[in-house]
Amino acid sequence: MAAALEFQQVSKTYPGSDEPAIQSLSFEVPAGDICVLVGPSGCGKTTTMRMVNRMVSITSGEILLDGRSVLDRKAYELRREIGYTIQQIGLFPHETVAANIATVPKLLGWPKDRIRERVHALLDMFSLPQDMAGRYPAQLSGGQRQRVGVARALASDPSIMLMDEPFGAIDPITRGRLQNEFLRLQGELRKTIVFVTHDIDEAIKMGDRIAVLKKGGVLAQYATPAELLLAPVDAFVEDFVGADRALKRLALLRVRDVDLWKAPRVRPGDPVTQAQEQLADSDLPYSLLIDADGKPLGWLSDRDLAGERVPDEAGTAATPRLDQDSVLRDALAELLEEDTQYGPVVDERGTVIGVLSIELIAQFLASKDPRELDPPERAGVEP
Amino acid sequence: MSWLTLFAQVQIHHRASDCESNNGFCPDWIIKNFGDRYVDPFFRHLELVLISVLVGFVIAFALGIVAHRRRWLVGPVIGLTGVLYTIPSVAAFLLLVPITGFGLLTAVIALSSYTLLIIFRNVVAGLAAAPAEARDAALGMGLTDNQVLWRVEVPLALPEIFAGVRIATTTTVGLAALAFFANAGGLGGLIFGDLVFKSNVVVAGGLCIVMAFVLDGLLLFAQRLSTPWVRAARA
Repeated sequence: MAAALEFQQVSKTYPGSDEPAIQSLSFEVPAGDICVLVGPSGCGKTTTMRMVNRMVSITSGEILLDGRSVLDRKAYELRREIGYTIQQIGLFPHETVAANIATVPKLLGWPKDRIRERVHALLDMFSLPQDMAGRYPAQLSGGQRQRVGVARALASDPSIMLMDEPFGAIDPITRGRLQNEFLRLQGELRKTIVFVTHDIDEAIKMGDRIAVLKKGGVLAQYATPAELLLAPVDAFVEDFVGADRALKRLALLRVRDVDLWKAPRVRPGDPVTQAQEQLADSDLPYSLLIDADGKPLGWLSDRDLAGERVPDEAGTAATPRLDQDSVLRDALAELLEEDTQYGPVVDERGTVIGVLSIELIAQFLASKDPRELDPPERAGVEP
Repeated sequence: MSWLTLFAQVQIHHRASDCESNNGFCPDWIIKNFGDRYVDPFFRHLELVLISVLVGFVIAFALGIVAHRRRWLVGPVIGLTGVLYTIPSVAAFLLLVPITGFGLLTAVIALSSYTLLIIFRNVVAGLAAAPAEARDAALGMGLTDNQVLWRVEVPLALPEIFAGVRIATTTTVGLAALAFFANAGGLGGLIFGDLVFKSNVVVAGGLCIVMAFVLDGLLLFAQRLSTPWVRAARA
C-alpha cells in the first residue's frame, strides 16, 4: 500500500544561517508516483528529501505521510518505515550482502526464516546471484553495490522510498541499465518515491512528477515531465531544462505509444499484383518483405517486383529494426545512424507491428500534446 | 621496606660446572633448572600482563566510547594519559609502593596506566574512521545512536582497536619485567637477580620475547576471526 506524501509550507533554516535553505515548500506526491526533486547544486533538493525521514529537522511547516505528520512518532520509528538510499550507498563494509539487506527487517524483529526468504527474494528481484549473499561489499562491482543498496532500502517493503542520486556514482551504461531495471520494478511495486537528482535527463526519465527547485529552496515548477518540457513556467526552468527541451520530449514516449505507419507487407511467393495494390494504399514507397513469422527481411524495390511472384530476397536490408519498447529519442538515433527515413518496428518476438519514420517523429515534435498524433494511417496489424 | 629488602631476595646460585662458573650459556643447566626456576615466574608474568592489559583496555575503551560522543574530551584524555605514559616506569612502581604497597595491585595499576594512551587513541581513531556514508545510511534506516555505535562504528573500529591492544600487550610484556620493583614477581626478578649469568638472562629474557610473540600472534588471530571483511576487501 503506497503512501501519499504532502509538503505543507515547509521551510528549513540551518542554525547559524540567515538564508533559508528551503522556503515555504508545498507539493503533493500521489501514492505510487515517483517525484523527482531536481535543481542546481545548493537548491536544497537533498535537504528537502532528508526532511521526510527527519534526517534534517523541519524548521516550520508540516510533512504528512498518508495524512499523518512525520513528527508524531520517534525519528527512528519513522525511518524504519521509509526506504532510504544515498548516492554513496553506505553499505556496511563489515557485513555481508545478506546482513546488509536484512538491516531493517532485523530492527523490526522479523523472525530469521522470514528474513532469509526476503533476502533471497530481493537478490532475485535485482538479478543478483544467490551466492552473493555471503560476500562483502568490497567484493562487488559498483553496479552490484548500487543494486544491493536499493534492495536493502526495499527490504521491509516500505510504502515510501527516499532515493538521493541512487544511480549517481556509476558509469553511464550501467546507470541506464539500472534506471530501466528500477522503472520495471517500480511498475510492479508502485512505491511512492522521492528521487533526488541534478540531472534533468534522469529526472525526465524517472519522474512521474518533477519538482524543479532553484537556489534558496524555492519551488520553481512542479509538473509532469511532459508539462515541464512543453511549458516551462519561467526563464529559470526553461534554462534548466535546456535549449534542447523539444528533443528531450522524445525521451518521454516509447515507439509502441506512437500511431505507427502501416507497413505494406508481403511474403515471398505472394503475387506481385497484391504487393502493388498494398503499396498504392500506403505512405511508404516500398513494400516490406517479411518471413513466415512476420519478421522483416528487407525492402522490395521496383526491380524486385518485376516478376509475377515476390522473390525470396529483397534488394535493401530492413534496418534498423526498432524495438517497440525504445523511447523515440533512441529510435531516432538509430534511424539517423542508418541514414534512413523509416524503419520497421518489431515486438518482443521480432514480428513487424508497423513502421516508424522521421516524419512521424517530426509530427510528434510539432504537436503540443505529446499523446496527440495525427498519423496518415493507423498501424493496423493483420495476423 | 627498602631497596635492600628487595635485593635480599636475589640468590646467588651455586655454580657447579665450568660453563656455569664462567657465566656462559649452558644448555645442561637450563634443562635442569628450567622447570623449578622459570615456569612459575613465567605464568606470574603472564598473569600480570593479561590483567594489566585487560584493565587498561576496559578503562581506555570506556573512555574512548564516552569521548567519541563528546569530542571535546579527546584532548584532555590524551593529555592525561600522555602524562601517565611519560612517567618513567621504574619511578611509577616506586611511587605507588607507599600508597598501594608491594604486590600485584601496584604492578597492575602502573602497567595498565601505560596501556591507556595507546588503546584510547586507537579506539577514538577507529570509531571516528567509520565511513560517514555508512553512518548516514544506518541512521537513515532507523538505527538508534547506540545501535549505530555497537553495530556499525565499533565493528568497523576493530582493526584499529586490535592494533592498539597488540602494541599495548607487547609493551606490557616488556614493562612487566620491572614489576619486581613492586615485588609483584614475574620474569624481571630472575633477569635482574643474576644479570651476569648468560644462561639465566637468555632464558628469562627469551621467555619474555616468546610471550610477546605468542600473545601478539593470538591477538592477530582473534583480529582476523573478528574482522573477516578486511581480508575479503583485499582479495
